[in-house]
Amino acid sequence: MSWPGSSHATRRLTGGRPWAPPASSNPRRWRLGLAALAWLCLLSPPLRHALESDMAPHMLIQLPLLAGCGWLLAAAIPAPVRARIAPWNQQGISGLLLASLVMMLWMLPAALDAALDQPWMTAAKFAGIPLLLGLPCALSWPQAGFIARGVFLAEFVATLFRTGWLYWVSPTRLCANYLLDAQKTTGIGLLAAGAVLLALLLGGLIWGGGRPPTAPADRGNPAGPEDPGS
Amino acid sequence: MSTLKTGLCSLAIAAAGVGALAWATHGFQAYTREGLLRLSVQQAPRPLPSVALQGADGQTAAWPGTRPAGQWIIAGFMYTHCATVCRVQGSEFTQLQALLQPQIRQGRVRLISISFDPARDTPAALARYLLRHDAAPGAWDAARPARPGELAALLDAFGVQIIPDGLGGFEHNAAFNLIDPQGRLAAILDWDDPQAAADYVLARQ
Repeated sequence: MSWPGSSHATRRLTGGRPWAPPASSNPRRWRLGLAALAWLCLLSPPLRHALESDMAPHMLIQLPLLAGCGWLLAAAIPAPVRARIAPWNQQGISGLLLASLVMMLWMLPAALDAALDQPWMTAAKFAGIPLLLGLPCALSWPQAGFIARGVFLAEFVATLFRTGWLYWVSPTRLCANYLLDAQKTTGIGLLAAGAVLLALLLGGLIWGGGRPPTAPADRGNPAGPEDPGS
Repeated sequence: MSTLKTGLCSLAIAAAGVGALAWATHGFQAYTREGLLRLSVQQAPRPLPSVALQGADGQTAAWPGTRPAGQWIIAGFMYTHCATVCRVQGSEFTQLQALLQPQIRQGRVRLISISFDPARDTPAALARYLLRHDAAPGAWDAARPARPGELAALLDAFGVQIIPDGLGGFEHNAAFNLIDPQGRLAAILDWDDPQAAADYVLARQ
């Protein structure tokens, strides 16, 4: 991530110091700080209201960002704890299963409605998606082999397609809090997300020689790869 | 050993996950708030609050209030400026009125359209709405909440959610709400199927 001639601009943005990946200093604290900051921003009423006032940003921006917070949070899990979890999460199967089920739950129109006006479902969204979806993904992905990753991603894409199709073609409003047009837009967005992910996967399979996109045992980085879709 | 542990852990997660999904969908029967509401009403009729409604004649009375023994009420929510669903819903009410004509004449069924836009839906506007839909006097009433604070309680009791559509109107979950002689909300049925609503009431006469 360095562009020729951009050092001046980045230096100015970072208060005079040249920007450097903080991995050398304290990546764990840095990631944890970023996760906490992003989570607090998402929870702040202005941003929350802005994202939740329409169905598309609620499902396509807020929920993925909450999962992303959980993903970053994995950096806070120290190695001994990971080692203790590992035997219960061989190949990352338990964690990826948990993430799949939590994702399915949050694709239900009734869950989206409840998250808007039922305080305990709001809490379940803001705590549950990072902790039960993003975090287990981050802990499991590096351990998962080709088949576990393949099954998870196939299910992930299928859930996006199923839900997207449902929202796109339904002639009635499925969420009591959102307009029909917003529902159709959300459906198209989910279908597009599924299609892009599928294209990336197929591309990886065809041009990547049939190997998983990233090697399962990239243990050098305790937090694992950045993006579940890459 | 790891395989066994992972298997056990995955089984527990799968059981908890399926349990959570079953709970959230009322046993995989509904996945929308409206669907869950209908199931819950069908299983346990909901008591309704008594509210003051002002009719097209300008009179205010407690509603549902005391009624002839055995009388069912079929209620719908609307606003008279609505150019889309409520207009069609009005004609569905007209059909329902025709389907239940004998029961209505005997005082065993009564229809009511309740406005959730009390600021604009004056008694005169309500009277025009009834006229437009060929409502028979004494069979089909239109009314608006007479006290401002009671609208929210009324909508809440019926599970009606109203959202502005950005064009000066509203989108809302329209339905035939069937109120039993005890004054409880006993069923919520599709607004575009008057036959089903009529059959429901006829089966309980």
